[in-house]
This record gives sequence, structure tokens and C-alpha cells, in this order.
Amino acid sequence: MTAGAAAEPRPVALRTEGLCKRWGVVYVNDRIDLTLPVGARHALIGPNGAGKTTLVNLLTGLYPPTAGRVLLGDTDVTRLAMHERVKRGLVRTFQINTLFPGLTVLESVVLAICERTGVARRWARSVARFDAPIAEAAALLDRLGLGSVAHTVTRNLPYGKQRLLEIALALALRPKVLLLDEPASGIPAGDSTEVFEVIAALPGDVTVLFIEHDMELVFRFAQRVAVLVDGRLLTEGTPAEIAADPRVRDVYLGETASEKLG
Amino acid sequence: MTGRGAAGAVRLPSDRWQIWDTALWLVPVAVYFLFPGYLVLGSQVIITALFALSLDIVIGYAGITSLGHAAFFGLGAYTAGLLAAHGWGELLTGLVCAAVVAAVVGYLTSFLVVRGAALTQLMITLGVGLLLLEIANKATPWTGGANGLSDMTVDKLLGVFRFDLEGRTGYIYSLVVAFAAFVLVRRVVSSPFGLSLRAIREGAARMPALGAPVGRRLVAAFTFAAALAGIAGALLTQTAQVVGLEVLGLQRSATVLIMLVLGGTGRLYGAFIGAGLFMLIQDYFARRDPMYWQLWIGCLLVAVVLVGRGGILGIVDALRARWARRRAP
Amino acid sequence: MAAFITVLFDGVAYGSLLFVISVGMSVTLGLMRFINLAHGAFAMFGGYTACVLAERWGLSMFASLPVVLVGFAAAGAVLERVVYRWVSRTRPLDQVLLTIGIAFIATALAGILWGPDQRHLPRPEALDGQLHVLGVDLGVYRLFLIGMVVVITAALHVLIERTRFGAQLRAAVDRPDTGAGLGIPVNRVFTISFAIGSGLAAVGGVLGVEMLGLDHSFTFTYMVYFLLVVVVGGEGSIIGSAAAAIALGVFDVVGKYYFLSTGAFLIYALMVVLLLIFPHGLIRRGR
Repeated sequence: MTAGAAAEPRPVALRTEGLCKRWGVVYVNDRIDLTLPVGARHALIGPNGAGKTTLVNLLTGLYPPTAGRVLLGDTDVTRLAMHERVKRGLVRTFQINTLFPGLTVLESVVLAICERTGVARRWARSVARFDAPIAEAAALLDRLGLGSVAHTVTRNLPYGKQRLLEIALALALRPKVLLLDEPASGIPAGDSTEVFEVIAALPGDVTVLFIEHDMELVFRFAQRVAVLVDGRLLTEGTPAEIAADPRVRDVYLGETASEKLG
Repeated sequence: MTGRGAAGAVRLPSDRWQIWDTALWLVPVAVYFLFPGYLVLGSQVIITALFALSLDIVIGYAGITSLGHAAFFGLGAYTAGLLAAHGWGELLTGLVCAAVVAAVVGYLTSFLVVRGAALTQLMITLGVGLLLLEIANKATPWTGGANGLSDMTVDKLLGVFRFDLEGRTGYIYSLVVAFAAFVLVRRVVSSPFGLSLRAIREGAARMPALGAPVGRRLVAAFTFAAALAGIAGALLTQTAQVVGLEVLGLQRSATVLIMLVLGGTGRLYGAFIGAGLFMLIQDYFARRDPMYWQLWIGCLLVAVVLVGRGGILGIVDALRARWARRRAP
Repeated sequence: MAAFITVLFDGVAYGSLLFVISVGMSVTLGLMRFINLAHGAFAMFGGYTACVLAERWGLSMFASLPVVLVGFAAAGAVLERVVYRWVSRTRPLDQVLLTIGIAFIATALAGILWGPDQRHLPRPEALDGQLHVLGVDLGVYRLFLIGMVVVITAALHVLIERTRFGAQLRAAVDRPDTGAGLGIPVNRVFTISFAIGSGLAAVGGVLGVEMLGLDHSFTFTYMVYFLLVVVVGGEGSIIGSAAAAIALGVFDVVGKYYFLSTGAFLIYALMVVLLLIFPHGLIRRGR
């Protein structure tokens, strides 16, 4: 929580209250209180198995929480189905590419746009005749460097391009709150900065929370960083504060140390 | 079709009618003139192909595992039969009623089906199909029970053409209805709705994350498919002027599934090719030696699954892709 | 009242048969996530084998039981290695199609080899007649059936709950990937389980020649029943399958006896209702 912040509080885009998720006896997420003001660029870091993806799953509604609430803007969305949250602007990408193997890149993005605009319900006209979604899709693909593979079937794409498509689908939905689950994983180092620049270039009223392991990217693009360890929010602060925090170094160093000891 | 158009704009494959579409549909027309003695069989092939097409929407596009699609075929068949047996022999309203009855039951069933895993879908569709078979079997005063309904009269087609014994009228009637249905299905499949169905089949996990109400879409697709199956069933009753229990049940559901898979799912013409080849070969073989016919169908089915090429049309597609790769530098 | 008990008893015997045949299919489904619609073929061929053994070499049913059990267990093991392992990762629809194809082949082979007529297996004299128990006449053969099933269930229970193999099996059903990671020889567990399931199905086929009827279309005739038992009982659950099978047997027999006109309607309606309430089967194991 941005306690002690001097300026007037910005409106809140996404907030959780005491969010918990229990599998069996283990609390994968334990009393998480997270607040994302509008326009934030926040990062979520933590060791593997800390529960970061589970948190994103709870935020988007993949499964219900054991306890706690999720608020999107002023609305309590805890009981809403995933597609309803998407309609309200809460969009995510997946850590593991979750795409449509048999559809082409263009078809996938066009579909996303059609879903957003409500065109996807139309059954009486060929989709090829809907110029606006196709044009918008083509522009988005060009922006992300996918223009050359627009007609390639997704399963034939190299991994890095698939990752870009994963992000393209999210952007096509014109999100208000964007949750990115390790967006740069698998993308060659040079291109990943490009991807983040596209994200950083998003309008100021779009809120972004991204899970990342690459500290360089975190430091470059995040305004604030939240650290998740064993299902609990260890701490939160600016990148500099987090880097200096001995507890955080402990968690990460402890991990590397035990790796070295084997 | 794909690639950049005149103004350099990016395009999606369109659903425009092509030369080989016309060529393929000229075949049944040619059959009418070349094989006048086989028109009764021809009608049955066309009707079964329409039935298989409706199943393709369920299996090939919506991705639902169904072993009970005959339920809707049978509902349509008996609806048309009951109407005709009770004095209402008008053809087109018969078709419409059959479609409505099948659609309503399909709609109600769809809620049970869209939520479950593949095995649950299988069991529920199977269960509903068998339930209806039992109802038809026992409700003798309505359905004629095991004997079916045969005392019916249908009107003349368009008030002019009587259904003759050679099956000429029946053939043209079936062909026209099937063609109209095909055009409709083709349009729906290439629409945004059709694209979303394909996406649900390809990646159901991603669709809710795209804001798509998956359940609702599948309900719509399933209902549509049920209506089409009902129309096919009604066509059969109207052209044959008889309806019996064999329009329902596991045998018919399984057979049409096999035809569709042999021809190729998810490719509209697969239904026609599969139905055509299957029924022609069956007509030839099954009379001679039903046991061996079963054996060869079983082997063929196993082969299709193991080789995994998506039926006949799947092989055609693969060959075309290979040929295209060879031509490109 | 006595009539009702007899009918009930018949239903339990019938259900026991269904259980013995279906338990293998339940394990296959729960363990290998594989829908085997052709499972009934094991029972069918088991029955035919016993008939042939009786006709050619005068082997009594008692004697053919162990032969069939071992023989078909071995055949099952071979089949699992050669065919099913190859296709274990296919989609459910493909599994349905594949096993329907195998069912067709089995039906055709049986018809070609032994013709379309019903077969009969002479009942051993020791099992003829009736026992008078608590004021009711109970058929000895049916008592034997139920007795056999109790023995088999107990044996399975011991196998699954008390042996190391059983622990491995349970682990593999609950979490196959983790099981492999823990060093459980998952493939061997699969093969042995499939072998046991096939052997039991064949034994059930022998026991059921008279009660279920045996002809070359057996696989299809009873396909729905076995599916019912497995799906309603919960994949991979022995107790669930037993409960579902007995319930199915009782409902079927009672339904046919008392409500002649509704027949199978009750069964299918019951199944749809049960599946709606318990989408994962009566007793869900793991996952």
C-alpha cells in the first residue's frame, strides 16, 4: 500500500482485499492486499512457486478465491466470470503460450477485436468482409513486428513470435488493466526491450502489472515492485527500495546459494 | 484469396464461391440425369450427407463429442411423420416444425453438454439419444412403436410435383433443401461467429480470456446443428413417407459419425464425401456379406484414427500443401 | 414380498456380472485416461472361448475360468503394449472412434468365426438348483455369481490397498505425472492393470454367457451398460463401479419386472440425472 504518499491519491484501477487461495492445506495466496492506481506500471516478482501466477488467475477469475475480494475500479468483481471481467477491461497474458494452434496470426487478432466490439456474435456475413477489425488487426501486428507472419498458422510460428502474439491478443482487447505473466520469457534479449517499450508506450490511463524475473527489465520499466514470497506479499516499494531491502536479497540470494550448494 | 489485395490491404480468406464448389455440386445434378434408376438411393445419400453436415458443426466446429446426434434426426423425422399421419402433409411447414422441435430439444440438451468434459458429453448425448429411442419405442399410440408410422400422405411439392416411385421428385426436393442448408452453413462457418467456434475448438482455455462467452456460443452452435439434423430427418420421412425406430439410436449416431470422420471433420464437404462413399460402398457390400463389411469398416476406422490425417479431405489438404510447398521457391 | 426379494437378488447378481466386466474399463479410464468402448469384446471372446472349450474338449465352466483369466490377462498385456500405449495421448473423440472401430472388428470376427447365433455354456451340475435361504428360493448359480464377485472385490481391495503395486496404482491414478517423477514404473503399472482388467472382463464373460446372452453383437449390446457403470461410478474407483453396477443391475431387473412398459427408459433417465448431479461420477478419485 502506498502509505505515506504525499500527493493526492490517484483513482484505483485494481485492488484486492485479503485475497486468499488454498489448495488442500496450503495457502498458495495468503491475505494479499494489492492496490494498483490508474496508470501504474507495477512489477510483481518473487521466487518460483511463490504464487504469482495463482494471483493473476484469481484476479482474472480463472477460479474463485478461498477468501477476500477483487475490485476493479469501484466494482466488486469477485463473483464475476472471466469473460465478464475482460469486458470490463481486465485482460491478461499467459505465462505459457495459450493460443489457437490452427488459426493464423491475423485470424487470432481479428477474433480478439471482434470479441471486443461485439462483432463476434454476427453469423450472417463472412468475416473477411469486416474491414475495420481486419485493418485494426493488421496495424497492431505491424506495431509488434508480426506483420510478416500474419498469414502463418500459429502452430508453425517460432516460440518468440508466439509470445508476441500472446501480447498482441491482449492489446487487441484495449485493456484498462493489463496483467502480463512473464511477457518476455522466450523472447531474445534485444526484442524483449522492444516489447516492453510497446507496453510502456501504452496510454497513461492503462494500468499494467507484470510478472518478471529479469531484474533489468523490472528496473527499467516498473514504477513500483511488489515481492511475493510463499504466497504472501513480503514487501512493496520502488525498484530502488526493493533492491536495497535485505529481506528481498535474502530470498533471492538464499535461492541462488542453495542452488550453488546443490 | 489470402494475401494483399489491390490497395495493399491485408485480407482474410473469403468465402466466395469457387469453381470447384460449382463442380462438386454439379455431380448430384449429373447423377439425376445419368443414373435415373438410383434416385431413391441418391436421396438417401443426400439426406444422410445433410445429417452428417449438421454433426460436423457439433464435432468439427464446436468440438463437442457426441454419440447421440440421431436424437435430433429422429425428432425431426417423427415430427414430420406425425404431421403427415394426422393430415398435415404440407412439406415446407413440415420442415420448419421439425426444425423447431429439434432445436428446442437441442437447446435444452445443450446446457447439459457444454459444461462437461469429453466423456460426460459422450454419456449425456448417448443417454439423451437412447432415452428418445425408448420413448419412441414405448409411445406406441403416438409413434407406432416398433412398427413406426407408415399411413401418411404428403402434399405435392409446390403443389405440382407428386412424389413418384422412382424418387425423382424426392431427389430434387432433397437436393434443393440440402443445397440451401449447405449455403447457410458455409456462411455461418465463415462468419465471425464461425471463427469464434473454431477458436473455441482450438483453444477453449483462451476464449474466456478474450471476453468470449464460450458456453453461450456452444449452445447456439449445438441448437443450430440440432435444427439442421431435424430438417434432414423430416426430409427422410417426407420422401419415404414412412418413419421407424431406426432413425434413432446408437446405430445411426455411430454410423453418421463414422461417415463424417472418414470424409473429414471441420471441412464442410467432408460430410458429403463421407456420406456418399460410405453409403455407396455399403449398398454394394452389405448386401453381399455384412460381416466382412463390418470388418472392413472397423479396420478403416482404426486406420483413419491412427494415421490421423483427418479423413479423405485431410489427405487432400495435406497433398495440396505439399504440392504448394514444392511450387514455392 | 418373496417375489420382490428374488427379483432384487437377480438384480444384484446381474449387477455383479456387470461389475466384474466393467471394473477393467474403469481402471483403464481412470489410469490411462483412455475411453475404451471395445472393452466388452474381452468379455465376449472370454465367453466364446469357454463355449469352444466346452464343445471341443468338454471342459467344464469351472475349469475354463482360470484358463480364460490367465489367457486374456496375457492377451491384455500384449494389447496394451502394442496398441493402446501408442494411442494413449489421443483426443477423446479419437479414442471413441478407434475403439468403435475395434468393436466393429471384434463383432465381425466373432460372426465370421462362430456365426450369428446365440451360444450356450452348460451350467456345471454343482451350480444347478436353488437354495432355500430365509424363506426365499435363491438360485445357486446366482449365489455363486455374487459369491465370486465378493471374492474378486475383496481380492482387488487387498491388492489395491495393501500391496506395493496397489499403492503405485493409486498414486498413478491420482497424479500420473508426479508418479513417474517419483520413480513409479508407470508403464508397468499400466500394463499389469490392463491385464488384470482384461482377464476379469473375460471371466465375467464366461460367467455371464447364460445370464447376459452371448452372440457376436455382444460388444455393442452391452457397450452402453459398461459405459454407464464406469461413468456413473467414477473413473478409477472400484467401490464406485461396484455401487453403480449393482444399482444398475437392480434398476434394470426391477424395472423390467415391475414396469414392463418403461423398460430401459428408467436407466437412461437415471443416468442423465445422476450425471447432472455428479458430473464426475458418484465417487471421484483424485484429480
